Amino acid sequence: MVIKNGAQDQAHSRWASGVMPYREMGYWKPDYEPKESDVLCAFRITPQPGVEPEEAAAAVAGESSTATWTVVWTDRLTSYEDYQAKAYRVEPVPGAPDQYIAYIAYDLDLFEEGSIANLASSIIGNVFGFKALKALRLEDMRIPPHYVKTFQGPAHGIVVERELLNKYGRPLLGATVKPKLGLSARNYGRVVYEALQGGLDFVKDDENTNSQPFMRWRDRYLFCMEAVNKAMAETGEIKGHYLNVTAASMEEIYERAELAKELGSVIVMIDLTIGFSAMQSMARWARKNGVLLHLHRAGHGTYTRQKSHGVSFRVLAKWCRLIGVDHLHAGTVVGKLEGDPSNVSGYYDTLRLNRVKADLGRGLYFDQDWSSMPGVMPVASGGIHAAQTHLLLHYLGEDAIFQFGGGTIGHSMGIAAGATANRVAVEALIQARNEGRDFLREGPEILERTARWCRPLREALELWRDVTFDYASTDTPDVVMTPSF
Amino acid sequence: MHLTQGTFSYLPPLSDEQIRAQVDYALEHGWPVAIEYTDDPHPRNVYWNMWETPMFEARDAAAVMLELERCRKANPGIYVRLSAFDRSKGRQTTALSFIVDRPAEEPGFGLERTDFADRQIKYTLRPYATNSPAGRRYSHGD
Amino acid sequence: MATEEPRSYNGVGESKPGLDAAVREILARLDTELVGLKPVKTRIREIAALLVIDRMRREEGLIAESPSLHMCFTGNPGTGKTTVAMRMAEILRRLGYSRKGHLVTVTRDDLVGQYVGHTAPKTREVLKRAMGGVLFIDEAYYLYRPENERDYGQEAIEIMLQIMENNREDLVVILAGYKDRMDRFFQGNPGMKSRITHHIDFPDYTAGELMEIAKLMLAQQDYRLSPEGENALGQYIARRMAQPNFANARSIRNALERARLRQAARLLASSERPLTRDALMTLEAEEIMASRVMDESKTKTAEHD
Repeated sequence: MVIKNGAQDQAHSRWASGVMPYREMGYWKPDYEPKESDVLCAFRITPQPGVEPEEAAAAVAGESSTATWTVVWTDRLTSYEDYQAKAYRVEPVPGAPDQYIAYIAYDLDLFEEGSIANLASSIIGNVFGFKALKALRLEDMRIPPHYVKTFQGPAHGIVVERELLNKYGRPLLGATVKPKLGLSARNYGRVVYEALQGGLDFVKDDENTNSQPFMRWRDRYLFCMEAVNKAMAETGEIKGHYLNVTAASMEEIYERAELAKELGSVIVMIDLTIGFSAMQSMARWARKNGVLLHLHRAGHGTYTRQKSHGVSFRVLAKWCRLIGVDHLHAGTVVGKLEGDPSNVSGYYDTLRLNRVKADLGRGLYFDQDWSSMPGVMPVASGGIHAAQTHLLLHYLGEDAIFQFGGGTIGHSMGIAAGATANRVAVEALIQARNEGRDFLREGPEILERTARWCRPLREALELWRDVTFDYASTDTPDVVMTPSF
Repeated sequence: MHLTQGTFSYLPPLSDEQIRAQVDYALEHGWPVAIEYTDDPHPRNVYWNMWETPMFEARDAAAVMLELERCRKANPGIYVRLSAFDRSKGRQTTALSFIVDRPAEEPGFGLERTDFADRQIKYTLRPYATNSPAGRRYSHGD
Repeated sequence: MATEEPRSYNGVGESKPGLDAAVREILARLDTELVGLKPVKTRIREIAALLVIDRMRREEGLIAESPSLHMCFTGNPGTGKTTVAMRMAEILRRLGYSRKGHLVTVTRDDLVGQYVGHTAPKTREVLKRAMGGVLFIDEAYYLYRPENERDYGQEAIEIMLQIMENNREDLVVILAGYKDRMDRFFQGNPGMKSRITHHIDFPDYTAGELMEIAKLMLAQQDYRLSPEGENALGQYIARRMAQPNFANARSIRNALERARLRQAARLLASSERPLTRDALMTLEAEEIMASRVMDESKTKTAEHD
């Protein structure tokens, strides 16, 4: 073989022992055209002073794929060109001079089939502590259909859930039992019964309602199922309570889930804190046993909320759809918890639609094709109440669960009345929407008119009409859509 | 007792005018409407009796109202519902379903509790109406 | 919601200021698109005017009974009945008397079944399809066969009568057919007769009108006649009108179709190349004269164009 001098020199320098810039090791490929089967990531990078953005992007690509801090000759025993992640584009972030969005492509072979643990370890495993970056955030991922198809996906999904529950054409309604800690099992079940009998579809354990001294899990399950069945008998409608099966070990989680199933519960619940693999195990269990799986995203705010560092919730939402939960909390826009309207609308689409178009105005960096994987029912929960129903319907749509916890249990006429107020508000607005009314603009008026014949709604409006949580979001899209003239 | 199945069961009974408006909404979305009736309100009684086949050809709510009237006449005093079906890929399920007629008196459900090991209870829900044979379940039926 | 004002189902048409203009526009189109038919256009104009004024009266709170809009179009084949029915449906939609304004065209076979219990579902199926629009029943007199006592047509008529009476706001029915046969049909069906308010007679076209129609049809397809061609077509029309089975505009359309075929054959066979745009567009006299209608020896027996 004849090697031209130049090429030989280049080859030699690439493999000389020592430290060399990542971009010269092949992790910066501005002319790379991503393959259809590549996993694509958009990272928000904030390089340390003096580090070029291209080098920082290449470092992220390197550290999240094959590289280490120095040249290793053992790379030459591999088809490294395939396995190296490739940073192929870096764009400055408007309005943030030290930030850039780096686009990186990963070959599909880098990931184990159907494993979120492996995907997460690869993409966010080491690289977030990397010293050359002040901050790093995984904004979005494009999961290619080839990879999507290796995951189970939602145990049931939106369509099957509606058919199981026999509930169509309106958002479902839920509430979290309050106070979330301290009630005895018997009193806890009372709240469940009142709320369901009053008109809610679901009641919910809270994330930290597990098995504490004042209420052990088994007692809670027995009393809650008495409440669920009694409410069903009084309404003739299918009802559910998300029994939280979160526990310290997989064995205990299964034990709790099995009892919930035997008692006839249509749904169980897990917390994000049990870990990705435990979630995947429960998704399998849920599909096998015909029980819906509700996920409470407990703890996500620690890494999703800050705009410059961590993982965006839209990435977590994608992972949860792949993992296979049926419900996921995805923000309320109007409630007490973080959630910019544009971003939240992007999360909802990501969970529900089959194809999601890239739209920077809503924080969506890539087209995402879900290859017919069923959708996840998004849950809106946290500081919402009946007087906001038109806003919730406008922002979140019909395939969602509105959870009014305080907004049910805090009602001045009691829990059942609170539930009735919420149900009447939702039905009245759906009716008005279907009749072609501008329900967003006319919402308050429609609710007031309905409240004339529905006292529980009247009381709810009087109590909460003026309650809003108007704070600036910390996590917003960089691109703000302005009307063009 | 008031059966609360369906999209609009917490509102006052819908007038024909209001039913038409909902049917219009369904037809505007390209969802054919079907009429179903039953005298067994069990929440897991999925398959109500179909009144002819879903109206795939109807362009206007008047067509549905015409059939609804015939169904009501033939089945007085029992449950009648309208369901709109969305056949689009990824949905292929009911999009809207609401009760338009119900018995004057709804006797409700009995809840039977059967004790089982370790304080567990097995629950059985039974509509009182189904104590009578089909066709003779509501006084208004005959 | 029970407490909301009911939504109006008649208020689906244009708003009052747009009303005049909308109807004017449709009537103007009727004028330009349809040759002749003076009496028809006059009747349509009268009906439209009545409906506009009714709407305005209603908006002013004056008494305006919901008008019966069922019609009967009589006339020979090819006199424009279906086309006018389509325009009528549009007028009714724009004025809010028909919500969807679609036209469902049927004949006896679509309505009447073959055996006991077959007719009612068939008729209802058609009525449901037409709800919100206009049901056009061509050759409607076939529905009634007095010679056959057990004819199921009568059953279809009964069902239709009921809907025509009870669902005036949901459905407009237009019956169509030869004048004499429709007259006999109404004699046997006084119930139907009493529910049809508007009778419109479509006269045969004059030779001049048929020529105008021919030119319109050709222009729409980017064709034209040479002066000799036009002369030939004039002769053709005169002969064809005198023959049996003459179907007005439809006969003209068929004749032109065949002329196009002959023109294509002539152009391909000719040695002239390249074929000019002019040549591609022009129908010559020979295309017309080649018709069997123009063959003296066969004139007496020719039943085809």
